[in-house]
Amino acid sequence: MATEQEVNHIAELADVSINTEELVPFTHQFNAILDYFDILDRVSGDTAVTRDLYNVMREDLVEPSLPQEDVLRNAPAQEDGFIKAPRVM
Amino acid sequence: MAGHEITFEPDDRYNAFLTTCRKVPHGPGELAGIAVAVKDNISTKGIETTCASKILKGYIPPYDAHVVELLRQSGAAIVGKTNMDEFGMGTTTENSAFGPTLNPGDIGRVPGGSSGGSAAAIAGGMVRMALGTDTGGSIRCPAAFCGIVGLKPTYGRVSRYGLIAYANSLEQVGPMGQTVTDVSTLMGVIAGHDRRDSTSHNKPYTHTPRAGIKGLKIGIPQEYFGVGVDPEVAAVVNKAIGRLEELGATTVPCSIPSMEYALAAYYVTCTCEASSNLARFDGVRYGPAADTKKSWHDAFREVRRAGFGTEVRRRILLGTYALSSGYYGKYYAKAQIARENVKKDFARIFSEVDVIAGPTMPTIAFKLGEKSDPLSMYLSDILTVPANLAGIPAISVPCGKAEGMPVGLQIMGRPGEDERVIDVAYTFEQAVT
Repeated sequence: MATEQEVNHIAELADVSINTEELVPFTHQFNAILDYFDILDRVSGDTAVTRDLYNVMREDLVEPSLPQEDVLRNAPAQEDGFIKAPRVM
Repeated sequence: MAGHEITFEPDDRYNAFLTTCRKVPHGPGELAGIAVAVKDNISTKGIETTCASKILKGYIPPYDAHVVELLRQSGAAIVGKTNMDEFGMGTTTENSAFGPTLNPGDIGRVPGGSSGGSAAAIAGGMVRMALGTDTGGSIRCPAAFCGIVGLKPTYGRVSRYGLIAYANSLEQVGPMGQTVTDVSTLMGVIAGHDRRDSTSHNKPYTHTPRAGIKGLKIGIPQEYFGVGVDPEVAAVVNKAIGRLEELGATTVPCSIPSMEYALAAYYVTCTCEASSNLARFDGVRYGPAADTKKSWHDAFREVRRAGFGTEVRRRILLGTYALSSGYYGKYYAKAQIARENVKKDFARIFSEVDVIAGPTMPTIAFKLGEKSDPLSMYLSDILTVPANLAGIPAISVPCGKAEGMPVGLQIMGRPGEDERVIDVAYTFEQAVT
């Protein structure tokens, strides 16, 4: 069972806010889903193996890319050809 | 042939489209001048692409998805972007930030989801074909609910480059259409190798549907007719399978014991992948502006609370929780074992049969608002998620009606045998129409 505090904590970790009035129903539904996931406790089998898979690599070469103005077009805040982001410190 | 264009002015009474293009130029080719709709999570250069989310409102991709490049090269006229559950998270198309799509067969019911707009656009006669995407049934469910045809291709046959990712290891772009022939034609255009998708196979699709299933062995899993499957739906599908027997196929009862865990494995996997994929939406490179004066946590939180709907936030939280310290072994690791068990069950059954058949969905289309509880909505995906977990091809083809609403027959095949599921669906379609 996840408590309301835990759900809030996870929301903070994920940078997703939950409104106060949403918290109770959200936690209730969250727990109902987690209860359902508990069925996985009964799963047995080998540790997952990956078959028929191999890594696809390419040479680390510069290839044509989008022009700077196209890349910046959707960015809401810009400065001197850079994308402006919130301060980190 | 340059300079051709079509005019597209649909009466969109079902809210199938989020964006429509009135005058659409097109070139020559296999699909020359055919109106094709594209689900709104597939990038279209110069055409707004929102994933039905407020967080991408106004986003205009600077490039085309690989499948869209191929559509344009084939002469298709891309007439609009279709409504969906936000980021593909839902089974009803009610989780759209821009209002639900209605089922053309009964406007009191949902079209299914998440590619509900694409299915409704076809069923409502607005376009002949459309692209959808299928992470856990999102092509097949709306195809079944709206009475059209939809194929989830083998994982890797169609490039995901330019598809706005939700759960990379599960999802595929796929064709939807009024007929199996249309679906096959569209598959021929979009399938093939693309080096920009590291999971792309080099297996183009050049098939023309052929009728004839004499000697075909069809596995009938008991789990597809068990608890939770509406008896009326089961009866319609059983009758369709009887028709396939009359056409020369033999049926073999089989069992997929791993189905018991498949839905939980699916939801753990897709929410974990979503929690990582959706971290990119923070109002910096696209979307509503983050307040750059605030600390980045505060700024991102504000943008993401306002921009993401409830179901999207729920899945991000579930995935974050399942991957958080101390829970990884309980949820994600177990889900991957269960996923492997599903693959093994399919491999075992496919060593004895050629295809597997059953209902696409356990019920007919839900009434609007019926699935307000998230878990009960998740449970309705039980018959479609196994194909995504195993990466196998699966098609839904209309096979009759229950309570006046369409029912879909689902045919699943071995990995890479999309041609065979197309042929079985085509044989059935030709026999009943």
